[in-house]
Amino acid sequence: MCLPMKKRQSKIDPVTGGSDIRPPVLWDSLMKKQAFENFIYGVFLLLGLITVGCVLLITVYLIISGIPAIREIGLFKFLFGKTWASTAKTPQFGILPFILTSIYGTAGAIALGVPIGFLTAVYLAKAAPPKVKAVVSAAVSVLAGIPSVVYGLVGMLVLVPGIRSIFHVPDGASLLAAIVVLAVMILPSIVNVSITALEAVPQEYEDASLALGATPTETYFRVSVPAARSGIAAAVVLGVGRAIGEAMAVMMVSGNVANMPSLFQSVRFLTTAVASEMSYSSGLQRQALFSIALVLYLFILLINAALNFFLKRSKEA
Amino acid sequence: MQPGISKKRRAYILLMRILMWLSVALTAGLVLFLVTYVMAKGLPEISWNLLTTKPSYLSGNIGILPDILNTVYIIIAALIFVIPLGAGAAVYLNEYARNKKLVAVIEYAAETLSGIPSIIYGLVGMLFFCSFLDMQTSLLAGALTLVIMNLPTVLRTTQESLKTVPQSYREGAFGLGAGKWRVIRTVVLPGCVDGIITGCILSVGRILGESAALLFTAGFAHAVHGFFEGLNSAGATLTVALYVYAKEQGEFGVAFAIAAILMVLTLLIQLAAMLVGRYFKKRRDL
Repeated sequence: MCLPMKKRQSKIDPVTGGSDIRPPVLWDSLMKKQAFENFIYGVFLLLGLITVGCVLLITVYLIISGIPAIREIGLFKFLFGKTWASTAKTPQFGILPFILTSIYGTAGAIALGVPIGFLTAVYLAKAAPPKVKAVVSAAVSVLAGIPSVVYGLVGMLVLVPGIRSIFHVPDGASLLAAIVVLAVMILPSIVNVSITALEAVPQEYEDASLALGATPTETYFRVSVPAARSGIAAAVVLGVGRAIGEAMAVMMVSGNVANMPSLFQSVRFLTTAVASEMSYSSGLQRQALFSIALVLYLFILLINAALNFFLKRSKEA
Repeated sequence: MQPGISKKRRAYILLMRILMWLSVALTAGLVLFLVTYVMAKGLPEISWNLLTTKPSYLSGNIGILPDILNTVYIIIAALIFVIPLGAGAAVYLNEYARNKKLVAVIEYAAETLSGIPSIIYGLVGMLFFCSFLDMQTSLLAGALTLVIMNLPTVLRTTQESLKTVPQSYREGAFGLGAGKWRVIRTVVLPGCVDGIITGCILSVGRILGESAALLFTAGFAHAVHGFFEGLNSAGATLTVALYVYAKEQGEFGVAFAIAAILMVLTLLIQLAAMLVGRYFKKRRDL
């Protein structure tokens, strides 16, 4: 049935079954058909390999363009240098502020977004009446569809002035504003993945718990949630990936100054460091931006590996 | 609540319920606030003049016609490429591939692609399409970058729907003497149209909202072009224009007008995805 297996084809002739008598016309048309099928197979194989090609392309390009600056600056000085002054007379390229800002910002967004998203997911998956579930699920998917620049715009005009007046700081464009925006942006991923995990918990577990006298709410949190923990962990990791990779919304609310991270100060993330200087950069500065992207990419690969680990475990459970 | 439950348990249950309700209220309230705020601020700013003119520094006019056209062009161009690539890859994985390791590698690659942040796509797109393939900053370069980005989406949705095409259909076609390609063309592909359409809708939504990947690949220009001329020249999409107007020029009125348009389109896409899903589900159940 599967024509492209060339080995077998060479051993046993499909028409004659190995004998020497060949009906000439049928043979020719069959061989043509076979060649055509093989060609089609080749085309689809190529299409199938395109995703792999794209990943390789991205990886190779980032490594090739990211390594030179790291070699010139020195890996240690690059990763752990505390000052970024790319346009100064004696430029300094330390990206520790960006790395730490990205980590703190992501951690903050997770701390804020995960509890809300998790509790929403438990309610929607287990406790909500069908109508409420339909409406709130639709609302969550709207949240997922809103473009990041719109989040940035609303953040700029609502959140930033709000932070300035509530906390009496000179400028509201700060790490805190970025954390709040990121927390909102990761909410849909966390809710949706958690719901999927919670809905996959076998009904028998919950029935057993209820039969033993636990109330529904206790069952949700003491039985369903522990049973779905791998899936929920995957949701959190997915949120981490979303938060660390977000650029535009963060750029619009975080002030974009290369400070060491502090809640009420203007900060710059790994993503925004790349985006903000790329348009006018040149020479070593430009190469250093590629190196930042490489660092970001390594973070993402790590997160992806973790995500895969949790997803696999939740499938096995 | 049943009698005989200790005070401690009652407190725990009450606390958890209140927390759940608060979270849901917060999530729903947030969506409601975002939608109404953007609409309230943006809709009054939308005018016929804004939608049908291009910006001019001489007259101080601001119009978003070029940005609308650019967005449409980039969506069309990206879809033209991403549909055959994504659907083809899905067909390979589901119909042809026998080597389990290769399938795992391809699926892992697709997962990796869907996790890569858009700023990195923008950077690699700039290096590869704009510099290496010498396309300069152009809508085509932007569209091709978006093709890579949306590949996993179309791949996944097509694959999902391929899995729902009954195996007996294929066997029946083979039994009638059809070749592999004929079976795929006449039986398998028509069966996965819903997956391809869903993938397209999701991709359109993502392209509409994309900005970081387009900043350095498609650029910021605001000129009105035809389709093919437009693909070869730089141009801002609606999201990029929003960013530039809000962040660089402080034109918040225009920015909110664009945000409102984007919001309406997002809601429409959401609705379309839902309706398409429902329609195909009904047809399949028949």
